[in-house]
This record gives sequence, C-alpha cells and structure tokens, in this order.
Amino acid sequence: MAEQDRAAPYRIEGETGAWEVVIGLEVHAQVISKSKLFSGAATTFGAEPNTQVSLVDAAMPGMLPVINRECVDQAVRTGLALEAKVNEVSVFDRKNYFYADLPQGYQISQYQQPIVGEGVVHLDLPDGSVKEVGIERLHLEQDAGKSLHDQHPTKSYIDLNRSGVALMEIVSKPDLRSPEETAAYIKKLRSILRYIGTCDGNMQEGSMRCDVNVSVRKPGDGYGTRCEIKNVNSIRFVQQAIEYEARRQIEILEAGGSIDQETRLFDANRGETRSMRSKEEAHDYRYFPDPDLLPLKLDPARIAELKAALPELPDVKKARFMRDYGLSLYDASSLIEERATADWYEAVVTGGGGKRDPKIAANWTISELFGALNKAGLDLADSPVSAEALGGLIDLIGDGTISGRIAKDVFAEMFATGKDAAAIVEEKGLRQVSDTGEIEAIVDAVLAENQDKVAEYRSGKDKLFGFFVGQTMKRSGGKANPGMVNDLLKAKLAG
Amino acid sequence: MSLDKATVASIAALARLRVPEERLEPMVADLNTILGFVEQLDEVDTTGVEPLASVTGHALPQRDDAVTDGGYPERVTANAPDRVNDFYAVPKVVE
Amino acid sequence: MPGLFDLDLVAARDALRAREITSTELTAAYLARIEATAGLNAYITVTADRAMAMAAASDARLAKGEGAALEGLPVAIKDLFCTEGVLTTAASRILDGFKPTYESTVTANLWRAGAVMLGKTNMDEFAMGSSSGTSYYGPAVNPWRGAQDAGTPLVPGGSSGGSAAAVAGWAALAATGTDTGGSIRQPASFTGIVGLKPSYGRCSRWGIVAFASSLDQAGPMTRTVRDAAVMLSAMAGHDPKDSTSAAEALPDLEASLEAGVKGLRIGVPAEYRVDGMPSEIEEIWARGIAWLRDAGAEIVDISLPHTRYALPTYYIVAPAEASSNLARYDGVRYGLRVEGENLSAMYANTRGAGFGAEVQRRVLIGTYVLSAGYYDAYYRKAQRVRALIRRDFDEAFGRVDAILAPTAPSDAFAVGANEDDPVKMYLNDVFTVPASLAGLPGMSVPAGLSARGLPLGLQVLGRMFDEPMVLRVGRAIEKAAAFTARPAMLEGV
Repeated sequence: MAEQDRAAPYRIEGETGAWEVVIGLEVHAQVISKSKLFSGAATTFGAEPNTQVSLVDAAMPGMLPVINRECVDQAVRTGLALEAKVNEVSVFDRKNYFYADLPQGYQISQYQQPIVGEGVVHLDLPDGSVKEVGIERLHLEQDAGKSLHDQHPTKSYIDLNRSGVALMEIVSKPDLRSPEETAAYIKKLRSILRYIGTCDGNMQEGSMRCDVNVSVRKPGDGYGTRCEIKNVNSIRFVQQAIEYEARRQIEILEAGGSIDQETRLFDANRGETRSMRSKEEAHDYRYFPDPDLLPLKLDPARIAELKAALPELPDVKKARFMRDYGLSLYDASSLIEERATADWYEAVVTGGGGKRDPKIAANWTISELFGALNKAGLDLADSPVSAEALGGLIDLIGDGTISGRIAKDVFAEMFATGKDAAAIVEEKGLRQVSDTGEIEAIVDAVLAENQDKVAEYRSGKDKLFGFFVGQTMKRSGGKANPGMVNDLLKAKLAG
Repeated sequence: MSLDKATVASIAALARLRVPEERLEPMVADLNTILGFVEQLDEVDTTGVEPLASVTGHALPQRDDAVTDGGYPERVTANAPDRVNDFYAVPKVVE
Repeated sequence: MPGLFDLDLVAARDALRAREITSTELTAAYLARIEATAGLNAYITVTADRAMAMAAASDARLAKGEGAALEGLPVAIKDLFCTEGVLTTAASRILDGFKPTYESTVTANLWRAGAVMLGKTNMDEFAMGSSSGTSYYGPAVNPWRGAQDAGTPLVPGGSSGGSAAAVAGWAALAATGTDTGGSIRQPASFTGIVGLKPSYGRCSRWGIVAFASSLDQAGPMTRTVRDAAVMLSAMAGHDPKDSTSAAEALPDLEASLEAGVKGLRIGVPAEYRVDGMPSEIEEIWARGIAWLRDAGAEIVDISLPHTRYALPTYYIVAPAEASSNLARYDGVRYGLRVEGENLSAMYANTRGAGFGAEVQRRVLIGTYVLSAGYYDAYYRKAQRVRALIRRDFDEAFGRVDAILAPTAPSDAFAVGANEDDPVKMYLNDVFTVPASLAGLPGMSVPAGLSARGLPLGLQVLGRMFDEPMVLRVGRAIEKAAAFTARPAMLEGV
C-alpha cells in the first residue's frame, strides 16, 4: 500500500510512544430490489408492521426460499464495480443462531464460497496520493427483522418487514489506518454503490451499516488483537468509535494488559464502545450449505452483459473530468461523488453549444450552487436552479451581458425565485454597460469629484487606482464593464 | 470421541433445549451410542471426493424481481402465542 | 358384487365415473371405517365435515361429467403436510394448535385433482422414527397381528405409519406419505401395501414440514402399483416455489405399467445381504428374483460397495439438517410457548417441552456434528461418503435398468419394541436409506407373508427420474406375488 509514502501517517501518541491504528470494515449494504432475496414480499422502508412479510419471511413450517435474480445481478454489478473477481459458482449457507428477529433460527448467507472475491477501492487522500483498500469478499445474505424494545414494559415487539431483505456484506481487508481514511472509504464505497444503483447508501434508514474492526500496534509490528464494533450507523460515529476504541486498547496495552477479541457496541450518546456481554455464550454458527438451495451458477455471458451495462464509475469519470475539462482534483472529486451531480454538471458544460468554460461551470456549480443548496438544506434534485438555467447565467457572463459580480446577485435571485437569468437581468436592468460614451461620462464625473486624489495618483500613489475603479463601478450601479472601466481610467489618469 | 455431561449440556444450550438434569445422563449415553455408530465413516477413504451438493445436479433456479407476496399481517401472525396489534410479542430483550 | 371396500383407488375412480357409486357414499363409508378403526390411532385429525363437503362438490362435478383425475376419491394426508385451516402437528407437541394459513403444494395438487380429504394421519414426531411410536398423540398401530400372537399390537412402521395403517386397515382409499430415509417404503412393507418414494425433486416440498431438506420426498401409499402411479401423477409436478423441485416433465406413469420385464436387466446388490438378516427376508428376496427371471428379466449381480456406510451417513446428514430446520420452532410465531424469565429461557423451555425424546436426540446430534471443530469430521465427511454412495448407484445403473432388494430387514415388530437403543431402531432403514441418500426413486411392493403371517415387501429402485421403470418392475412383482392376504381385522368388512 501507499501508506509509507504519505506525508504524515495517523498516529496516536501513548505513554510508550506512537501507535498505529489498523481498521477493517464490514459494510452491510441493503440491495436495491423490489422484492426480498428469497421471497416475493416488498422491501420498502417504513411500512406498517408485518405487512411486508410473506409466509417464507415468517419462517412458517414448510416454507422454502427461491432466490431473486435481480439481487444476484446487483451483487455481480457491485463486484464488477469493485474490480473484483465474480465467482461463477457460489453457495448459500445457513448461519445458525437464535434471536427474536431471526424467524428461521438461521440466516441464509454465504460462507465458504461467496459470490464475489477479492477487489479494490481507490481512495484519494488529502495529500494527493491514492490509496488502494483491498476488498476481501462480497457475499449475499438475508437481513434480520426488527425488535422494538420501548413499546411495552416487559415485552419486545417483533416486526419482520425487514426480515429477508437482501444484503451485500462487503468485507475490506485491514488496510485502513485512520478514522479519516475510514470515512473516505465509506464515502467512496457509498458513491460506487449509488452510481451503479445497487444500494441507496442511506445510513440513517439503516440501508448501509458498518461493523468496524479495530486493532492497534506499534508501527512495524504485526497485527494486534482486534475488536469488532457492531452496527455503527453514521460516518461520524464510525470515526468516533475508532478513535475511542483505539485509545481504549492503547490504554490497556500500555498498562500491561491484553485485548480480548470481542464484539462491542458503540454508544453514540456517550461516544464510547462497550462490550456486548449480554450475548452470554460463545457463538458457534454451525454453517452448512442450505439444503433448500442449490449452488448458484452464473453464466459468464451474463456477467459480461452486466459488465457492459455498468455506468461510468466515479474514478473513471473523475479522470475524464480532469483530462477533458481541465478540472483540479479537488473540483473533479467533489463533482463526481454523486452521479446525479456529475450528470448535472455535465449538462451545464455540454449545453449552450459547447461554448461554456468547464472551469467556470465547475466554480459556479461547486461554490455558488452547492453553497446555496447547503444553506437552504436542499438536495440537488430539489434545486430551484436547473442545469439549463445555470448554463444560461454562465452564457450571460461569457458574452459580456453581465459581469461576474452582477452574476452573483442574479444567481441569488434565480435561486430565490426560480426565474431564469436573462429574465432577471432584463427585469432589473442589470445588463452590463459597455457603451464607451456612457462609461466615459461616469469616469469623468468621478475624476472631477476627486481632483485631490487624481493629483496624488499622478504624483506616484499608484495604489489609488483601485479607489477610482471602485467609485466608477459604484456610480454605474455595478453595471459598467470592468475591463472598459480599467482601460478608460488608465488612459485618463495618465493624461 | 465420547461426549461427557458438560459437553451435552453445552450442546443443549446451543440448541436452546432445556434438558432437565435427570434426563442428561441417559441423553449422554444415547448420544454416545449414536456417535459410536456414525464414526464407522472413519473407515471410508474419501480422499479427493467432493461432498455431494445436490442429487439432481440442477443449478439454482432464479425468480424475477417482482412483489408477489406479503401484505397479510393477519395471516403471518394468526398462530402467534402472543401478539400485540400486528406485532409478535416476546419477553423483553435487553441489549 | 364386490363391496365398496373391495374397490382400490383405480376401481373406485372408474365406478365413480360410471356413476355406479357416489363420492358421498364412498366418503361416508370411509369415515365410518375411520371410527371403527379408531384403535389403530391412524389419524390425528379427522376432517369429516370437510370430507363430506368435498365429496358433495365432487359428486356435482361428476354429475356434469367434469371429474378430474382423482375426483371424489377419499384419501388421508400425513400430518406433515400443511393444510389450510386444519390442525397440522407433525405429531409434535411443539406445533400445538397450529392451523396453517396455507396449503402445501402436494395437497393443493390433490384437491385440484378432485381428491377428498379424510383427515391427517399419525406419524413419528417430525417424521423421525421407524415405528410411528414417537408421536405426541400416541403410537399408531398396525392392522395386522401375528398369527400366533393376536394379542400383541404391532407397529405399522414409520414414520408414515398412520397413513400405512389407514390404507391397510381400509380407513383410507390411499394416503400421502413422506420418505426421508425409508418412511414410506418401510411402513408399506410392514402393512402389506404399496409405497413409492419418488426421485428427489418430483414432489414439491413446499408446505411440508421439513425434517431433512436434502432427503425429504413425498409419495403415495396405496393398495396397488397402479394406484400409486395414478396418485403420484396427481401429487407430482414442477413447483417454482421449491428451488429443489425437478423441472423434468413427469412422464405418463401408467403407460408402461403392464410392459413386463422381459429383456430388462435387474440388479441384485451383494451388499444387501447383511449379517443377521432373518432367513425369511432372504427367501422373499430370492422369490422376487425368481419371479422376475421367470418373467424374462436378466438378473445381474451388482455391487454397491458403500452400502454399509449409508446408515451412518444418514444419521449425520439428516440430524444436521433437522437441527437447523427445527430451529424455527421457538414459541414466537406459532405452536407451543412455555414462558421463561427471558427470551433465551423461553426458547429453551418451549423446545424442551415441545420436542419429544427422539427429536431432542437428533437435534443434539445434529447440532454437535455441525459445531465448530467437528463439521469437517462429521458433516463434510458424510457428504463425501454420500457422493460415493451415489457414485455406486450411477455405476450400477450403467449396467442395469432397476435394482431389486428387500424393503426392511424384518417384519412388523411389537409396539414399544426397539426403543431401548436408538441405533437398533435406526437399523430398520438399512435397505431404504441408500436410495434416499442418492435421491433415487424406490418402491415397496407387498411380496408375501413372514412365518408370523405378517406382510413383507420387496423394494424396486430405479434411475433418477425413472419412476416408470420402478412402477413397471413393481407391477411385475405385484402380479407374480399375487398378494391377496388381508389383516384379520378386515374379515367381514
């Protein structure tokens, strides 16, 4: 990995020196599909209790699973997007354990032969380097139902709506070395999944959940004993959990103790992890191939077809934006994170007959539009300014109709009213003044009013030039063409 | 390989089976009889033999992604020993 | 003029179509027989009202000349098949009060074919057993009694013992069974009826309470081979709801029934001559071989070298799958619940009280053989040996068209016998388990009586999906055996 090339690796200073943190992630990503992995019940979030439950999902006696082709395709697409090996034969196993929201008494998962093998995710680090994070495997499995513990003093309520929804478990190698890298990994993974439409990445609704494996070591040492922090449901919490857990482990080790390999919970209210002691006995999942299912065989032609139909992926798009549009890494990265944003940006650039400057379009998209959306708490999809409308604004700047300064006011008006730029410019009379006579008259008036300053300038106080520009622009109501103002002032002051 | 009482008790715990103390001893004997019987398989040379995955040799059939089922909470909760509204109810789980 | 009970399934079908009898009178007669034979404990639930309503509906269709294949024929259903709105127990306390809100595919197929449901038959709990003695509802009893010992009730075999007793005792015209390691064939042998386990995948498992998923297969239990063909034709078929259901089209099972065995090659496996096998089993087998040879078949000595490992393999694979299949019985969604101080205790109390001793043994064995550190030594090893057992059959069927063997190593034993040692009970399945592990079709046909005057069956095994061959050879045995003996209890019925 590229970690040793990096400027300043993340370290936690302990009493005995610097510690390195080693992190691996198991991301559970809910597959986008209409129906469940092994039943025809719906998958939509937030339905009334047990309304999206078939007899199969409720594990009624004699019920049998039948796999959803689309879920298989989604896993294959994801595998391909992670540059991973797609296994032509994979096997579904039963993972046996008892839990209130696990009606079968086992989860159908993949253990020894997952559908997707090793792959890679590329991360752009802040110092400009690229880090490769290895993917160990991706497998398909069933989600569990939900237990509600706060509805009754002595009872838990079970809702099986989520039971049997398809999950992809995406397991990374222990290649991450800091909370920031881990955050970048999750964001990148989410971006890829959303690009290809296999998971909506919504961590709040639980459609993407993280189990975080954390260990610490002295740089150069072998791996330490890890703890698994279960079900962390936001990127910020993942970062907090890693930091807390790493410090906890360091404290134990520095006090001469050792780390117990265990499963821990992150308590978001306290910002700490704690042992899940309530699961008393050791787990023994007794995996074995599910005899209700046969080995899953994938036709290479189908894999090729799915590959051909994949959209342009974030890394490729980013490279293209940098190459074709001359964008900086930073601008390209922020434009490609979401496919909809990239598409929106490209609609701006390619509209208007291809005359628009891609860099100006990027600046407007990133600084003005994103800024305004953020402030208003809106998503791009709900933007009052369409790509076409922003393109219109950029065109008005390009052909000199308005200045960049005026354009910001026009944009604010566009954002507030949804009107297009040309209409606002006309309505408010914001068209740039490029008439030499008109500007000359203003310049003359400014110079006449400030005779003393003119004298000072002419005696060598060059800095006053800006003052004259400001006064001229102000008198023109901001509409004077700044280039012409400059030229005229220079000529007249020199005179 | 012979099971002792403690092992049988832990298997029973794993299988969520309450085996009363007085039933444990005969159970140990029965299970050891059965294990002794099945351990004949040790005699068979299975080098290079793949475990049987399916007797039919068929591949896994795959269905189309369509909502064809569910929407009947009363049918899935009809037999529940304890239900509240359309939820199943169980003794409170403390995490 | 023969009586109603002299009609087998096919004869009754023809009589109904000819309007010589009505389904209502036939069904009422069988319901009366069920009452008269209550001592057999063949049924867990009798659905008399539903039966009479179905019979009336069948009569209406027959009157319009619309009858389907099994129109108006009263049959019994093993209580392992989920039947909508009708108590379904798997003979276990843990399914106490369970009324499915759905109908198994096989029974739905039967009702679509016009069959009339008499009720749900007794069995070993969760189909685990060879005597039907592990039922929560008490043991089912064989209609046959030993000639010298008429006072001793005998087992009807298991696990489909209630179905077998019902058919043999004329308390059903035919019945469904399920066979995981011999549960159709062995009770058929013990009660003098025909029992057919089809190829794995022929009958949908959807809606059948699962025991061991890779082995479970439903099949017919009937008086004659032709009845079995007719009944299976209605039960079987591809079901998209069962991923292991066979896509292969079901051939016409009656077409070659009377084709005879002339020119067929019949395999006789050396390894089925086991130590301590009663001589009368060897004799009936020899008689069967002679019948087929006399009918023109070529008898071929074959070897199935891994036969002796079939039972140990089975007693790893089946309990392993069962331990997982039975995890869903947790007192949350259906059946028995025994409360406890917390969820875990509730599970353990429910399952401890709900499962009987044999089920508990198998759940524990299954849990153990799948547990960390033992999986490879037991389960994977067993699946490897299973592959060898299948390979033995594949090689044999390269040389022969069918295999002839005994069905069971003994005739029916006394109720309560063989219960002191689980393995002793397991040995009942020694001849039936190999075909189950290999997924092959097998049928038991009554061939004669033992010295005690009890029925003995012979077993015909065929290639995967070659039920027509199994039925054809079975029919030849049936003809040659001309088995007309009846249990004494049927005298005068």
